[in-house]
Amino acid sequence: MYDIRGYYEAETVREATELLGANPKLKIIAGGTDVLVKMHGGQLEDAELLSIRKIQELRDIRKLENGTIAIGPMAAFTNVFNDQIMKKHVPILTEAAISMGGPQIRNIATIGGNVCNGATSADSASSLFALNAHLKLQNLQGERVIPIQEFYLGPGKVDLKPGEVLTDILIYPEDYQGFGGQYIKFAMREAMDIATLGVAVLCKLDSGNFSEIRIGLGVAGPTPLRCVEAEDFARGKKISPETIEEISKLAVKSAKARTSWRASKEYREHLVEELTQRALQTAIVRAGGVDLV
Amino acid sequence: MFKRISFTVNGKSYTLEVDVRMSLLELLRNQLGYTGAKQGCSVGECGACSVLIDGTPYDSCIYLAVWADGKAITTIEGVAAKNGELSKVQKAFIEEGAVQCGFCTPGLILTTTAMTESGKDYTREEVKRELSGHLCRCTGYQNILKAAEKSLEGHICTCVDSPHYKQQQEQLKGRQ
Repeated sequence: MYDIRGYYEAETVREATELLGANPKLKIIAGGTDVLVKMHGGQLEDAELLSIRKIQELRDIRKLENGTIAIGPMAAFTNVFNDQIMKKHVPILTEAAISMGGPQIRNIATIGGNVCNGATSADSASSLFALNAHLKLQNLQGERVIPIQEFYLGPGKVDLKPGEVLTDILIYPEDYQGFGGQYIKFAMREAMDIATLGVAVLCKLDSGNFSEIRIGLGVAGPTPLRCVEAEDFARGKKISPETIEEISKLAVKSAKARTSWRASKEYREHLVEELTQRALQTAIVRAGGVDLV
Repeated sequence: MFKRISFTVNGKSYTLEVDVRMSLLELLRNQLGYTGAKQGCSVGECGACSVLIDGTPYDSCIYLAVWADGKAITTIEGVAAKNGELSKVQKAFIEEGAVQCGFCTPGLILTTTAMTESGKDYTREEVKRELSGHLCRCTGYQNILKAAEKSLEGHICTCVDSPHYKQQQEQLKGRQ
């Protein structure tokens, strides 16, 4: 038996925000693969849960008229992986989705839960960072849209204000159109494992030069992060093995890796350098460039 | 705190008051007697507790019993025909020697059953991926994979000109 004191269900976002407004202690449960496991481990006790599983409108993945992709936070990882809009426009996110957990977990774990759980190892995070994803958050007072980078505050800590529900994950057209990318998850096993390091790279090319690159890292710091120095350096540079090497060296500078039982700081930094290169090489090909390998 | 829910297990309907603290696994095993679903790790890692909910595999240990409201659940007890004849998947597991201690077997058979009923074609890599949420500490997985492929006969792509084969080769190339 789980240590649950109260259990409430909302069928609309409005209802959820009302229930949260009336009782700020309520803990939102979506897929439950983090919340229930925490409860099992005693990290969450005597919980009052608010289930948002019945809110159908939060499950859809849509492409809006202006080209923005709106991912319902209750979309399960399996849905993200199989979705045609995702496959066509943001394959870097489907690669992340299929790398997470195992099939049974992907069938229930939600992308919104992955984000709100605030883990640096969240498989969706590196890709969402590279895609400059924005989050729409709603409470009784109204709604706000913030960049995902501002949402992650620290390990397991996110900027979810009292009474707020994540209602949409938005990816704007300027953040995915014309980009090629790859997500690489490095872990000890090919399934059912937590990333030792996650690297998501997007790039856009302009006649033999990089016009823009984005590097998102997971488990390279207390929160997922972007390699701003490397990104700035790459702008306008000629695509060559030397540039790629320099980019990957600069990526290590942005990393704030630490030693954990999974891997040492040095090993993680080595992975950042190596995997950034590999992901960038694939990203170039996918963006229509030449294969440098 | 209790909640009234209705659902079916292997075609049999139930309507009952369930404790909101209960997992679906606890409901199935302790209250309804479907002990074919096993309790292993209790945190969704081993897959021993897997059941099919509306045809899709889930870990029932991290699935609240109240969420089963309105769902059709299949456990290993519901896989064989009513007259006791084993299903194609069950027969394949026996023929390939894919069962040793048997603790992971109900989950693996259910996941394989879901694959056979999906009507989709799978590459060997995809079969492995679909089975990856089940830990087996005895067999070394080879015979399980053989049994799954036997169950999926006619739906495994290995021919050189299939799109699956090309996709597989590209993946292999990408890994080098």
